[in-house]
Amino acid sequence: MTRNIYGSLLILCVTIYMIRMLPLLFLRRTITNRWLRSFLYYVPYVTLAVMTFPAILGATDKVWSGAAALLVGLAAAWINGDLFVVAISCCVTVFLTGFFF
Amino acid sequence: MEKQAAAGKKAWFLRGLRDGIPICMGYFAVSFALGIAAREIGMTWYQAALMSMGMVASAGEFAALVLIGSGAGAFEMITTTIIVNLRYLLMSTALSQKLKSDIPVIHRFLTAYCITDEIFGLSAAVEGYLEPVYTYGMTIVSVAGWTSGTALGVLVGNILPLWASNAMSVSLYGMFLAIIIPPARTNHFLGGLVAVSMAASWIFSELPFTSGISTGFRVIILTLLIAGIAAWIRPVEETA
Repeated sequence: MTRNIYGSLLILCVTIYMIRMLPLLFLRRTITNRWLRSFLYYVPYVTLAVMTFPAILGATDKVWSGAAALLVGLAAAWINGDLFVVAISCCVTVFLTGFFF
Repeated sequence: MEKQAAAGKKAWFLRGLRDGIPICMGYFAVSFALGIAAREIGMTWYQAALMSMGMVASAGEFAALVLIGSGAGAFEMITTTIIVNLRYLLMSTALSQKLKSDIPVIHRFLTAYCITDEIFGLSAAVEGYLEPVYTYGMTIVSVAGWTSGTALGVLVGNILPLWASNAMSVSLYGMFLAIIIPPARTNHFLGGLVAVSMAASWIFSELPFTSGISTGFRVIILTLLIAGIAAWIRPVEETA
């Protein structure tokens, strides 16, 4: 183990903070380039979609309970769209599939 | 007018606290594993809690444990941390356009701390400009779950029964769906984009050539590629 744990933690925390802080600090003006604006607009949708699938299938100890959560989550998001409701629906689905099978 | 703005801020903050609850649940379930790994390399509960509070990153912290455990030097720590967490640079760039350009700089420093996959997703998806107190509300609640889960992981291992940790860990994915699906109802291009992104992510994780790429890099490569092409095919309407 590294000799000075607090020194290491400081380096790690400062480095990761810099990555998060520098663009926010320096990109103060509104970007006018239309392609770049559009790209940044699409970033969260692509990023979150990529992170959701297929990872959700491996989030629990059984693939089909993750798959059930995905289907219920898609349906709940389509019908209701409230963050809290959708998240809880997924949790309840996993709980129920584990209970019945 | 000022009173109205203050009331709006309070409402956003409260909404942030509420939206932070599902994030907190997911983080709590996931962070035990981190705490257990931290104990294995000899960290105390307060050192692990300090790490979680300071870094607020899952893959980033697992990498940090490997670095600390192997006695890595400062240069290796910095380069590995940059590589593993590079997607936050992209998220911070996207979020820079959601803040009013004349907002006090303190909000830029504070918002930066809050950028995790989940909190970024929710902050970036609000209509119009982001009220940073919304982001702070979510962060307070979710970092509490993340930090306490890590500390408990060191102290007692995973105290959640399997059914509970299974159920809680899908909370995060449910939130992602709640962000990306509702706009797809009216904007079919976004719907197609989400479907293409999921399919590409699945193909990437299965193909022999690309399956070795870490999740962090898969996110960066596919985001640059798919969002880049989407911006070229369908530029968003000019506002202002």
